[in-house]
Amino acid sequence: MVQERTLPQFQAAIAPITAADALVLYEDMTLGRLFEDKCAEMYYRGKMFGFVHLYNGQEAVSTGVIKSLRSDDYVCSTYRDHVHALSAGVPARNVMAELFGKETGCSRGRGGSMHLFSSEHNMLGGFAFIGEGIPVALGAAFQSRYRRDALGQAGADQVTASFFGDGTSNNGQFFECLNMAALWKLPILFVVENNKWAIGMAHERATSQPEIYRKASVFGMPGVEVDGMDVMAVRTVAQEAVARARAGEGPTLIECLTYRFRGHSLADPDELRSKSEKEVWLARDPIKRFEAYLLEQKLVSEGDLKDIRDRIQASIDEALTFAEGSPEPNPVDLYKYIFAED
Amino acid sequence: MAETLMFNALREAIDEEMARDETVFVLGEDVGHYGGSYKVTKDLHQKYGDLRVLDTPIAENSFTGMAVGAAMTGLRPIIEGMNMGFLLLAFNQIANNAGMLRYTSGGNFKIPMVIRGPGGVGRQLGAEHSQRLEAYFQAVPGLKIVACSTAYNAKGLLKAAIRDDNPVLFFEHVLLYNLKDDLPNHEYILPLDKAEVVRPGKDVTILTYSRMRHHVMQATKGLEAKGIDPEVIDLISLKPLDFETIGASIRKTHRVIVVEECMKTGGIGAEIIASINDRLFDELDAPVLRLSSQDIPTPYNGKLESLTIVQPKQIEAAVEKMLALKV
Ligand SMILES: Cc1ncc(C[n+]2csc(CCOP(=O)(O)OP(=O)(O)O)c2C)c(N)n1
Ligand SMILES: [Mg+2]
Repeated sequence: MVQERTLPQFQAAIAPITAADALVLYEDMTLGRLFEDKCAEMYYRGKMFGFVHLYNGQEAVSTGVIKSLRSDDYVCSTYRDHVHALSAGVPARNVMAELFGKETGCSRGRGGSMHLFSSEHNMLGGFAFIGEGIPVALGAAFQSRYRRDALGQAGADQVTASFFGDGTSNNGQFFECLNMAALWKLPILFVVENNKWAIGMAHERATSQPEIYRKASVFGMPGVEVDGMDVMAVRTVAQEAVARARAGEGPTLIECLTYRFRGHSLADPDELRSKSEKEVWLARDPIKRFEAYLLEQKLVSEGDLKDIRDRIQASIDEALTFAEGSPEPNPVDLYKYIFAED
Repeated sequence: MAETLMFNALREAIDEEMARDETVFVLGEDVGHYGGSYKVTKDLHQKYGDLRVLDTPIAENSFTGMAVGAAMTGLRPIIEGMNMGFLLLAFNQIANNAGMLRYTSGGNFKIPMVIRGPGGVGRQLGAEHSQRLEAYFQAVPGLKIVACSTAYNAKGLLKAAIRDDNPVLFFEHVLLYNLKDDLPNHEYILPLDKAEVVRPGKDVTILTYSRMRHHVMQATKGLEAKGIDPEVIDLISLKPLDFETIGASIRKTHRVIVVEECMKTGGIGAEIIASINDRLFDELDAPVLRLSSQDIPTPYNGKLESLTIVQPKQIEAAVEKMLALKV
């Protein structure tokens, strides 16, 4: 029997949801899952290269947080960024094309899996080094506050969500940015996706205090833990944090207890994590769980869900066709985009 | 015309640009209430408030990354490195994000930011406070690297750097903050990518930058007395190098000496020599000579320190030796 941290209980009844909103969440999680499955297939078929880190299992976090944001809010991710980009509205075809290294990719084929960007969707990246996205997210949040308070722009109430993992929460940039965010009351959500592992480093072997959300308290910041396999729970916590940030009341640290269903990257043989641990967490599949909830609440029928899955699968197939048919970057543009003038 | 010290010239540049563009702001350690370690931002916080002249905690990598994020979302940060050496702690944010993110994002974002502050070998500050980071950073794609050397060019160049849409590493020199110039009363901006011909001449081209410009100019006095006519070029832009100006000079003199304060190994001079060999080898009448700092941590002891950096007498001797070989 694996020793697992007790997941906080969430009472769905306290957070009623309309059928329309529920479907937005369901579609987004399904898109994330089916997109990543397609990536795995393409990688093993030799169509995708480099390091590819999939998000399977963690969908409730991306969906629960990003679907609680407005479209003019900011999202900042890591190398495990495909699904954050999708939730933020970057079209699947442009993400897929990026993974294929094509000119039509969201980073024009220059970035790859770990460097997804879209200025149009306020997707700030895509950062391949541990922790380096956190300060960048902090800068976007500072910018909102600067516009509001230094420039007097009343509408500048954008919120930034910064995603990163349990392993990253041991890095100095995490602590330095918690300090500055609390100090300056910046509108930011620090979203830790605690999936228990940093490649092969088990979380409790890497940190003196495994309950990451508690680290907020020394900065005088609210810290909450949430069942990261329950999209309704994540959404509820995120909505509260977003409201606080938007009202000028500062940052929140949200620790989402979650699990990745695949290896660290597609190159990882994933031999270290025990079968029993995987079984415990696979049984908590956030998508299956949300399906059960939707059916139980009679918000949708089995048929509706199947239709949605089919439609999303078709959109991913279309994205694949688009990516495969897109041109590679033109070699004459090798030096383009080094400087702002290009 | 108004006689102005270099630190005030820099301050004027920041003040004018902050007044002109409300997205420009300053951040760094002790830039606000304290006024900056060399007083370059003195009293600006009173004029612009604590958000636009932001005192940061001592967290170089994080506040540099924060500036990158602010720049990506439309602001124009100016980071002051209290001492540029401290930005070794921000190497990742400067290289990966300030320098490379625009390219990696396929042009999605631009990073208009300036990273400025005092560098170079001062007076017995010890190894860690006597860094020349320009050499370490020159390989990072996407960065512009500029070194100012007079009160006049400091102001015009800093204004240009603030207006530039790219990340600019802007090196001042600890020992030059009290240099004076008569500055024009009207606004002026100097191009970031142009070298300055400080002294036209015909016998030999001396390429230099930052404080070494002044050592070179001292050396020219002795050389002039001996009837030697050197051309002195202050590179200003260490990246990209202004090969138009450098090339024109070499085509005239056919002899080159580089005088720099960075270490010899992997220095700016090393890069210049390689580039001259690539582009102008046929113009050379002699191998390019390089006078650099010694490849050692800068010692504290005053005598050892002065042995570490290039002195005017050595420059004079090197020029004479090179010209003595003239055929
Ligand atoms: C600065 C840096 N050091 C090391 C790595 C290699 N690395 C990539 S992911 C990873 C583990 C990160 O774990 P965690 O933060 O928990 O995120 P997860 O992968 O679980 O989503 C490591 C060590 C890196 N990318 N950057
Ligand atoms: Mg992890």
